Amino acid sequence: MRFFALPGELQKRGVLGMNKRNADYVMRYNPRRLYPLVDNKLETKRLALEDGIAVPELYGVVAIEHQIQEIASTLTDYQALVIKPAHGSGGSGILVLDGRMGKFFRKANGSLLTIEAIQHHTSNILSGMYSLGGIPDKAILEYRVDFDPMFEHISYQGVPDIRIIVFRGIPTAAMMRLPTRDSDGKANLHQGAVGLGINIANGETTNAVHHNQLVERHPDTGHEISGITIPHWDNIMRLAMQCADTVGLGYLGVDIVIDRKLGPLMLELNARPGLSIQIACGQGLLINLQKVEKHSHLPTNIDARLELAKGLHLSEDIMKVIN
Amino acid sequence: MNTTFNAKGWALALILLGLTITAYKAYELGLPLTPEQNAEVWTVQAQVSFEGTGKPAKLSLYIPENTPGFMLLDEDFISSRYGLTIAKTHENRRADWAIRRAKGMQTLYYRISVARSNLNVDWDSKPDFPEAPDYEEPYASAIKAIIDDVREESADVESYTLELLKQLNSSAPNENVELIRDKATGIGQWTDEIINVLKGVRIPARTIWGIDIVDSANNAILRPLLQVHNGDNWLTFNPETGSEGIPASFLVWKVGSRDISSLEGGNDLGINFSLTRTYTELIDVARQGAAKRDSFFSEFSLLSLPVQNQNVYQLLLMLPLGALLVVFLRTLIGLKTFGTFMPILIAMAFRETQLFWGVIMFSLIVSIGLMIRFYLEKLYLLLIPRLASVLVIVVILMLLISLITNQLGIERLLSISLFPMVILAMTIERMSIIWEENGAREAMLQGLGSLFVACLGYVVMVNENLMYLIFVFPELLLVVLGLCLWMGNYTGYRLTELVRFRGMLDKEAK
Repeated sequence: MRFFALPGELQKRGVLGMNKRNADYVMRYNPRRLYPLVDNKLETKRLALEDGIAVPELYGVVAIEHQIQEIASTLTDYQALVIKPAHGSGGSGILVLDGRMGKFFRKANGSLLTIEAIQHHTSNILSGMYSLGGIPDKAILEYRVDFDPMFEHISYQGVPDIRIIVFRGIPTAAMMRLPTRDSDGKANLHQGAVGLGINIANGETTNAVHHNQLVERHPDTGHEISGITIPHWDNIMRLAMQCADTVGLGYLGVDIVIDRKLGPLMLELNARPGLSIQIACGQGLLINLQKVEKHSHLPTNIDARLELAKGLHLSEDIMKVIN
Repeated sequence: MNTTFNAKGWALALILLGLTITAYKAYELGLPLTPEQNAEVWTVQAQVSFEGTGKPAKLSLYIPENTPGFMLLDEDFISSRYGLTIAKTHENRRADWAIRRAKGMQTLYYRISVARSNLNVDWDSKPDFPEAPDYEEPYASAIKAIIDDVREESADVESYTLELLKQLNSSAPNENVELIRDKATGIGQWTDEIINVLKGVRIPARTIWGIDIVDSANNAILRPLLQVHNGDNWLTFNPETGSEGIPASFLVWKVGSRDISSLEGGNDLGINFSLTRTYTELIDVARQGAAKRDSFFSEFSLLSLPVQNQNVYQLLLMLPLGALLVVFLRTLIGLKTFGTFMPILIAMAFRETQLFWGVIMFSLIVSIGLMIRFYLEKLYLLLIPRLASVLVIVVILMLLISLITNQLGIERLLSISLFPMVILAMTIERMSIIWEENGAREAMLQGLGSLFVACLGYVVMVNENLMYLIFVFPELLLVVLGLCLWMGNYTGYRLTELVRFRGMLDKEAK
């Protein structure tokens, strides 16, 4: 692998850069007044529930320091749960508790926490440690996703999630992020999670990238990871499109997990979705974004849009027929 | 697309505007573009003396008004008991001194400081064509012969004058020329004679008087130059050599006749010019020169502020440059830092400590602070008290470092009082969060990135030339703004993205 790529080479492959993403997509298609809808996860959840979008169940909200004491009782009600900041960004401040061991609570990576540590973490969330700009925040207690057993072999300590980029209501790219030992259970690619490209036409995983290198197998489980068909793919796509309709953002990252019993659930939305998805998919975002941009009118019907998205990889002419 | 054009248009307009004003100030007002130039400043002193008779006395002295090639920096009238008025005549200025009773030897001084500049003077007066005089014989025929001779060899006023001067100053003069030469004693009269001849062909001409500014001298003398008007401009010639133009060292004192001073109510009027050379920083010269010329830009110059305010602004004006650097490093290069402008504030602090010690201080305080912060994490403190604790610890650390280095005799680190402690505390806090959330590697990367940007910022912000430039030409801020707008429109790849997405090349090949 060369140490760097030339701008022309990236351009030819339709790679979207940070500056272009901000100027031509985020700023152009995402009105700033809508940001609070996705930046505040409580608000997102409320909107989603209103529109019948499946989300992890909300167990409770800690809004003031005083309520932190009550966490203990919530924790006894539910064996497993997630505590996260309402305004967190990039997955920061999320605490996943898998269950109890005596008076300790077990984190996703197996380490044990005391109730004091959990309360301190919650207090940090409230004081705005993880929120943008450090403004005081709320802590959300919610259902911990029990991920589909099919992912057991391809994930290491953590929840693999699916990220779909929805542009003007059309899914244009998708990937799955698999936590690894390196990434400490986190699903962030540059922290060492595996990025797994998904073909949006059929939900099949394509190629996988770990630390910017193509890989065939999960680095920890050794399980083959390409060529897997994601279950409920059409529903996942529909879910993503519904989210985009609900919040009204033109350029949106939708994070979805598949629960063993509940099926696809929307975890969170992102008004400034990252660019790593291009590395995972081995394809630049611009290719599909520009195809969608060419159409001044797009169908509003979800199924028509699903068809359109599935045809994006085809040539222009077929696009027109579908449209 | 439209907005792209607008931003680019604004950027271009601002950059052009800034550069134009800068160029105007640099070339028209003569403000130097670099700080360390020294300029020769000449002080010309006119000493006028006369013998008072005990009656009212009035003394007039012509003083320089239009001085091509020189900037007037300063002038002084040393004439304690005299009333002084300055009269502006058509192309001259005249100082009129008056006193009720002048007895005994009276001495008055006029002193002017000038420096070379590329100042041009428009003598915009348009003279009337002179009447051809009735020359007396035998001059009439001699002049007529010369006039006819010269006309043969010339095309216009300029070439006519040149040819006339050549013939009149010829080393082998004919009898006509000789006749005229005998009439004139001294170069002043000689110039008058030439003017007289020129009247015969109705070419407007006059004398200008000035001093050669070459060397310090106690007895500088006025010498005349000949000027003829060609319908558009006054052209200047040396009446003896015929060389054209005003010599670079010639300070024009007066336009017109030689009578530079006049006296009423006194005797023995004497005038003496002396010259002294001194060196001054060019910026002072430019500053004074601009102020003398009542320029709009000098009125609004930062140099007109009180000195202590100037120092504050000198620092303040460097901030936009730091910001520009950050914009460049983040938008075009793609470096990651803690906070957008935090590195620039650190860089400002480095100004106090110098780079080397600054970096050591920064690294030391941040790493010790980080260790203590990790311990605080275990105490389960609330955010604000914890931040405050980190701040207190940072201050204590700085205190300790100061005390220790004082003992060791390193004075440099005593001047760290301005080190932005709050910024350091925030840096420690953010770094520890990133450390926990995204791992040590990311935290170190951003920490080093911030330090790197701070170092670059320091290098830019302590650059004497830049400091000087932006202070004297604050309109360059428009250029900075324009560049920011321009880069705000850059949607190409960042340099780091070329590395980040390099893996994309392999996949294509597959």
